[in-house]
Amino acid sequence: MLLLALDTATPAVTAALHDGHGVLALAEETDARRHGELLMPAVDRALGEAGRGIGEVTAVVVGTGPGPYTGLRVGLATAAALGAALGVPVHGLGTLDAIAYATGLTEPFTVATDARRKEVYWARYADARTRLDGPGVAKAADLPPDVLALPAAGAGALLYRDAFRAVREDLPAHASAAALAALAAERLAAGLPLDAPHPQYLRRPDAKVPAGYKAVTRA
Amino acid sequence: MADEPLVLGIETSCDETGVGLVRGTTLLADVIASSVDEHARYGGVVPEIASRAHLEAMVPTIERALADAKVAAADLDAVAVTAGPGLAGALLVGVSAAKAYAYALGKPLYGVNHLASHICVDQLEHGPLPQPTMALLVSGGHSSLLLAPDITRDVRPLGATIDDAAGEAFDKVARVLGLGFPGGPAIDRLAREGDPAAVRFPRGLTGPRDAPFDFSFSGLKTAVARWVETRRAAGETVPVADVAASFQEAVTDVLTRKAIKACKAEGVDHLMIGGGVAANSRLRAMAEERCADAGIVLRVPRPGLCTDNGAMVAALGAEMVARGRTPSALALPADSSLPVTEPHIPGEDHHHTHHHAGHHH
Ligand SMILES: [Zn+2]
Repeated sequence: MLLLALDTATPAVTAALHDGHGVLALAEETDARRHGELLMPAVDRALGEAGRGIGEVTAVVVGTGPGPYTGLRVGLATAAALGAALGVPVHGLGTLDAIAYATGLTEPFTVATDARRKEVYWARYADARTRLDGPGVAKAADLPPDVLALPAAGAGALLYRDAFRAVREDLPAHASAAALAALAAERLAAGLPLDAPHPQYLRRPDAKVPAGYKAVTRA
Repeated sequence: MADEPLVLGIETSCDETGVGLVRGTTLLADVIASSVDEHARYGGVVPEIASRAHLEAMVPTIERALADAKVAAADLDAVAVTAGPGLAGALLVGVSAAKAYAYALGKPLYGVNHLASHICVDQLEHGPLPQPTMALLVSGGHSSLLLAPDITRDVRPLGATIDDAAGEAFDKVARVLGLGFPGGPAIDRLAREGDPAAVRFPRGLTGPRDAPFDFSFSGLKTAVARWVETRRAAGETVPVADVAASFQEAVTDVLTRKAIKACKAEGVDHLMIGGGVAANSRLRAMAEERCADAGIVLRVPRPGLCTDNGAMVAALGAEMVARGRTPSALALPADSSLPVTEPHIPGEDHHHTHHHAGHHH
């Protein structure tokens, strides 16, 4: 098998290939404003590094977020289109789960990424593979005290150090497609289900119903 | 002709997810998924709602277009996509999907200009465009007069709106009249029952010292609002159909007058009208009449090809392939303010240039 993994739900634009035994190649760049430009070149680089062609890919797995929407959608649109054009299945996995998996921790911890608007996307884990709560979106200071007391990974924790009391700078700040690919390969090998490749927005779109018609000629 | 380029076109610049398939200048499929109903209650397009809808509709719409055209993706010669201008987040969904299809299929990618596509779509209706092409583009986002000596690489703006786009004025006046969103079709329908000469609304920028090919619709919109509000404040009934007809008359009068003036000034004997407002029945009728009087050949695509769609993007993509233009790079950005002077975003010149066997034109 040749699994192509992508994630664009954090500032990292990341693509990796996994053959069922291990990660063959990883290509990534961190630029929160250029997901759309950087993703396909990253896929191309990863394939080049692994010496494989896009036609050899047998499945795609994509990070479903939560993450800032515009970037998140780049990965999901790309994965869906690659899957359709290649005729291969497309799976989803939570982006916070991929970060959790990358920590390798065997004790309870929290993952938090930057949700902008002074909020974080967060989830609580029992260990690297087991999510207990979340994902959710909230102001860091409003999270339950026991969540804030746990070791915390992710750029959201780094950003709100005053709220997260045990920030672990040694743990990954952003998602990596290498971890996403490894987690997906592990689950597929174990016969465990992956998610549907649908975005986890967690917020309603910003849209206000305009208050009735306002006269143009009067203030 | 079987040797003409077979191109898939993807359009997601606003609220329509459009996918079209063309072979040369022949339309094979044109599929649209619209989120317009989701925006109606907000009185305008909500970008985030549009982007979410694009993501959901993107691949199913592509698959439907391929099925409608009875074409296998592997047989495509290129994939074209609107790279701009438009809503940034909305554009990015189409651009991402187009890159993925092109890369997976090993086909060249063309990031093309939405406005040039609105012009090029007429090739699907009336055959190859004359060179140069004079085009009046009118939509909710744009009102421009463009001269295109070569739609694939030379598009020159002669004039544009200095405030509201024509379609925007339709939406705003529809709101004043309580007709809902989008305003264009509602006003068009109602105006048929009204008297276009009932109220003489102002014709913006038509004075002798005004820029000959620029437009202004903001003053007109305000004049309509003031006229209506004055009646309402006096407790009078507003003759809604008459107001709609008179407003529409003012817009179409200015648009057609300036377009014909531009044709004469540039010595061009035909006029192409495109964009969503070109679906307006009064604009079409008035343009026909005035062009006939001026000896100008009018080319207006059917209403379904005037509003945003994927076929127009495929049409311009096919022209890019036919003329051997340089494809876009895999790092193609979505450019929400792509200038009209850039019909497409070519990659590096050393990039593999795709020459199709069937050169024509
Ligand atoms: Zn348009």
